Amino acid sequence: MREFLEKAGNIDRRIIYLIIFLAVATTILVKARFKSSPLPEVQRSYKIINDLPSGSVVMFSIDYDASSMPELDPMLRAMLRHCFKKNLKVIMLGHWPLGLPLGQLALDDIAREYHKKYGTDYVFLGYRPGLQAVMLNLGKEIRSVFATDYKGTPLDSLPLMRNVHNYNDIAILVGLEAGSVGDAWVQFANARFNQKIILGSTAVITPDLYPYLQAGQIVGLIGGLRGASDYETLVEHPAMASLGMSSQTVVHVLIILLILLGNIGYFATRRKK
Amino acid sequence: MSISLNPWVWIAAFLTLSMMSFLYKDNIFYKIGEHIYVGSSAAFMLIYLWYFDVKPKLIDGFINNTGFSRWILIIPAFLSLLMLMRFVRPVAWISRWAIAFTVGMGAGLGITGLLQGFLVPQIKATILPLYVSGHSTLMTIYLSLNNILLILGTLSAIVYFYFSKEHTGPVKKISQIGITFIMVAFGASFGYTVMARISLLIGRVYFLLHNWLGLV
Repeated sequence: MREFLEKAGNIDRRIIYLIIFLAVATTILVKARFKSSPLPEVQRSYKIINDLPSGSVVMFSIDYDASSMPELDPMLRAMLRHCFKKNLKVIMLGHWPLGLPLGQLALDDIAREYHKKYGTDYVFLGYRPGLQAVMLNLGKEIRSVFATDYKGTPLDSLPLMRNVHNYNDIAILVGLEAGSVGDAWVQFANARFNQKIILGSTAVITPDLYPYLQAGQIVGLIGGLRGASDYETLVEHPAMASLGMSSQTVVHVLIILLILLGNIGYFATRRKK
Repeated sequence: MSISLNPWVWIAAFLTLSMMSFLYKDNIFYKIGEHIYVGSSAAFMLIYLWYFDVKPKLIDGFINNTGFSRWILIIPAFLSLLMLMRFVRPVAWISRWAIAFTVGMGAGLGITGLLQGFLVPQIKATILPLYVSGHSTLMTIYLSLNNILLILGTLSAIVYFYFSKEHTGPVKKISQIGITFIMVAFGASFGYTVMARISLLIGRVYFLLHNWLGLV
């Protein structure tokens, strides 16, 4: 028995990788579903967007790239679905150049699904470097930063943008964050211009954003794949995040078992020494 | 099962498997994937900066604007040239002027941003009543305990990082409470990190099974 425990405590890491891979693949293949109720902060984010009057403007900031896509892309798609279903207007920009095309892809896909028209229902502004300077100038006049959209069309020739000049004209700012841009949104757009913000984030940075929620600096927080899955549930369109959460559950149980096994093996070896 | 016929999906699948192969050991496929990623990211960034910044803001701005808006652009153009002096060894030091400008602006914005947008609101958020009346006794206990924990956690964690007095006696006791709170925060952070990493794996496995092999 002790020999077995010793071996169990020294499993080759590659075997662990393989077990985790197989657990994820199997759960996705069998399309396992585990029920969970949405977190209060996600429900709050959903309610805030749901209560906006039709025609309100929601600004999305794409502050992630391909390495965070599995968590933030489903979140973006679920939120865009919600916005278009509620006839809200969407403006998209971003501070991560490598991620912006991903945001644009999702925006075009979902807009097509809801038969929305570019320039009237949604606009893609693109990217400008300068992070804080961009955020501060958006509070004064969007045109001072983005004179045109990403195609070079002047903003005033886009019907949606004619009456949008600064944060006063934006009902909610949704920042999808994989790094520290969310902090900058809070520190500049919220603290200086009182802009209402919902942050969607990768699980890694979610714990760092909870203090903002507790202090009322952001009105909603959607964290990681769990948050994305919750939002998919709320918009009644379960997709990749909901499917992924089942794998997540199975793998977490597996990791707990492996940690226990490792510790038992460690103590068995130590007693022998 | 309907395997994708899109060559780009096949390339993406090949690169995904190449990167994952590093888990077994370093190999040529991983190296290929890594180099393609670094190269394409750098090229993409360059194109993006050119088309979203240098061309519309500087070049087109100089051509199309008139008066002050036109001539003010000489300053960023000049600073950019100074920055490029890094590549000319005898005058590389000149690039420090442009860097000094960037650092100064960043520090100024950062300090005011942190004070106004982080420190003050966060301190305000910890000034809470120790007794909160709820709609039931249980709720009152819950809400009050929540506030007490938050205040205790904040103060004890600050004491843990107070190094001007030796951690003995009551200071030691309070700092031990502080480290307990910090450990709980680390634990939550670690749990979330595990979830994030597994999410990335889920994303790629889903891509392989859904987009590439068409099994899901």
